[in-house]
Amino acid sequence: MLARPSEQPPFTSAYGPMAPERFEVIAKRQETADTWTLDLRPRDRVDFPFAPGQFTMISAGGAGEVPISISGPADDPAVLVQTVRAVGLATEAICAATVGQVLAVRGPFGGSWPTEVARGADLVIVAGGIGLAPLRPAVLDALAHRDEYRRVVLLYGGRSPDQLLYPEELARWAERGCEVLITVDSAGPEWLGHVGVVTRLLRRAAIHPQRSFVLMCGPEVMMRFVLETASAQGISADRVYASLERNMQCGIGHCGHCQLGPTLVCRDGPVYRWDELGPWLEIREL
Amino acid sequence: MALPSTVLLDRADFDELMRALTGRGYTIVGPTVRDRAIVYDEIASAADLPIGWTDEQDGGHYRLVRRADEALFGYAVGPQSWKQYQLPAQVTLWRARVDEHGGLTDLVEPPADPPRLAFLGARSCELHAMGILDRVLVGATHPDPADRARTADLFVIAVQCGQAGGTCFCVSMGTGPVADRGFDLALTEMLEDGRHYFVVEVGSERGAEVIGEVAHEAAGEAQIAGAAAVHDRTAASMGREMDVTDIKSLLYRNLEHPRWDDVADRCLTCGNCTMVCPTCFCTTVEDVTDLDGSHVERHQQWDSCFTVDYSHVHGGAVRSGTRSRYRQWMTHKLATWFDQFGSSGCVGCGRCITWCPVGIDITEEVRAIRQSEEVARLTGGCTSADD
Amino acid sequence: MQTIEDLIAVAPVFDGLSKDYLALIADCARNERADAGKFLFHEGDLADRLFLIRSGTVRLEVYAPGRGSLAIETLEAPEVIGWSWLFPPYRWHLDARVLVEAGLVSFDAACLRGKSDADHELGYELMRRFAAVMVERLMATRLQLLDIYGNAGAAV
Repeated sequence: MLARPSEQPPFTSAYGPMAPERFEVIAKRQETADTWTLDLRPRDRVDFPFAPGQFTMISAGGAGEVPISISGPADDPAVLVQTVRAVGLATEAICAATVGQVLAVRGPFGGSWPTEVARGADLVIVAGGIGLAPLRPAVLDALAHRDEYRRVVLLYGGRSPDQLLYPEELARWAERGCEVLITVDSAGPEWLGHVGVVTRLLRRAAIHPQRSFVLMCGPEVMMRFVLETASAQGISADRVYASLERNMQCGIGHCGHCQLGPTLVCRDGPVYRWDELGPWLEIREL
Repeated sequence: MALPSTVLLDRADFDELMRALTGRGYTIVGPTVRDRAIVYDEIASAADLPIGWTDEQDGGHYRLVRRADEALFGYAVGPQSWKQYQLPAQVTLWRARVDEHGGLTDLVEPPADPPRLAFLGARSCELHAMGILDRVLVGATHPDPADRARTADLFVIAVQCGQAGGTCFCVSMGTGPVADRGFDLALTEMLEDGRHYFVVEVGSERGAEVIGEVAHEAAGEAQIAGAAAVHDRTAASMGREMDVTDIKSLLYRNLEHPRWDDVADRCLTCGNCTMVCPTCFCTTVEDVTDLDGSHVERHQQWDSCFTVDYSHVHGGAVRSGTRSRYRQWMTHKLATWFDQFGSSGCVGCGRCITWCPVGIDITEEVRAIRQSEEVARLTGGCTSADD
Repeated sequence: MQTIEDLIAVAPVFDGLSKDYLALIADCARNERADAGKFLFHEGDLADRLFLIRSGTVRLEVYAPGRGSLAIETLEAPEVIGWSWLFPPYRWHLDARVLVEAGLVSFDAACLRGKSDADHELGYELMRRFAAVMVERLMATRLQLLDIYGNAGAAV
């Protein structure tokens, strides 16, 4: 069994792990054309402690349950923040939820980002598209303990400027000591920032290979190419951590759907050190 | 305990044994004939057992045939396994009302009050399967208490197989044919010289109590030897065998072997193997609402890795074709199960072979891959791709 | 004060080039500056220079009527702009707009081509390096084309 990289808070639902708790929508913000961030407050307990990188299983009004990574700061467990992209029935129902509506939430499940491995070193966070949502708690955690790291670098790639998440926050993170490099795949004349794939930012950020640890999340294609570029720069696969996505349904290693070779993503992941899982990711349709 | 560890039970007293269980509040579940197969169901007396029946099993073949004698357990295993009691095919996880804002209220979980079950006729392979399934369910990161409750108070009467089935390979998997633990009582059926009796091994204190009500004659050396001879005969007549030497590594290094294309040509992805397998545990969850959407129930039901949706991620299925799905099933069962749960997932019961409509044989698939490596080694790699 | 040769020597694209060759191609080069907003070249212009960026940012664009300038890629130090000067008809295919005031080393393309014709070994060394640049850009462009962040279809 692959080792779990971090400690996380024990699971403490009053119900069994397959029965959800009630969370009320207290705020809602639209991020992009199809993505919303919901702030949720637990109704059945006081707070919801979690570790950066963990996920919940959420559903709205019986429309089906989906795994969504938690996007809020771990040091504020009174509010559960979830950024959701509406791509199907279940996620559309969640994104259509109104303030005051009660959603069904199970969790938190899974392992967490091992930010502590980068203490005293450079923490490099690479996010692609909606992959920034699961990484946001790691960024906030690093900034809350900024003096524990040398450099904190965020490399963020999106499809186009209007598809970037948390744009105002990105500027605030830069003020708090995070180097923020953003690139988009395509842009019109009003965009004065980088244009190009996120892998190119690795070179631009002048990452120091012996001193850096990488946390990444995004489409699997992107992550493979980030790894290739990073390794060409001398960053070894045992310094790269990725959050993977498979068809997680129960979240507790019970239903079997999230299997990826020898591992159950909901139980042993979703965060993995790349050298532990990399070879399995190369097998098509594993 | 006062009772010796092996006693004799006369055929004539079998009903009394069953009454001793029902008298203690157990519901007996055991084999019975239905729809031309031997299935597991609630039974009341010995008459409900498949008396005088045996089964003829091979790849994609199952027939019940009459025996010349009146053995109660003269067959191997049927299409069902005990997993339907450990992990029922459909479970309602919870019910709730949906309010006018689409939120859930009044959530209730169905009360966990399962009947006290006594399994009559569990085979060694099945006991191993129950243990393996238990490890998966109860060993989950956050075990569901409902899973444990279903078999918390289970009484098990095992049966030591009197004959091997046509597709059995428990000897290869180290899971039989003799059960040596996990039972309260274990029966070896003996029919000889007009005598019909059982050599009963006592496996627990409550097993001793139950059999103590019915049988008191200790088994003599001759009868114990006779039972052992039956066990040996069964072990020597397995219908199939599988070389499991280093099987995890064998499969891990052959994930792109051409044999997977070969089996993909035959496999219908019907999922029968996953339904009959006693350790396949995959389930899916479905939210079901009533017509006006005011009530919702969440159902958990058996799923199969052979469905297209099984491996669905945003954008499509990871395992889009038959090849990758068959590979997933077989490598999970025989290899990745070790990394996930610490043991093999296969107990050698042969059901997947018998109930595959095209007779795909898991032992044959392993043999083909192993042999192709052997051929490659002997010929220095210069060989045609075909076996 | 740094000579042109010093500036060229540290550029990754010329990594490994012998001192003699560096001196040879430095003959074709000069230092330049460009203000933000200025175009280094437009699509269709004669591709008579190779640009090496030392500082600042240059954006490659395509102009589409009704949509304006569409960004293809942004380039920074120590990257090079363009390879259209290598092959006839020696015309640029894109616009290059300076986003952030740029310090550049520019090479006369005819000078470089002439020296490569005269010394095929030099020509091979330059071709090899620019082929690598093209390969890297091609791979990056392909990833951009995949639109991997896009909505790939209905899901959960």
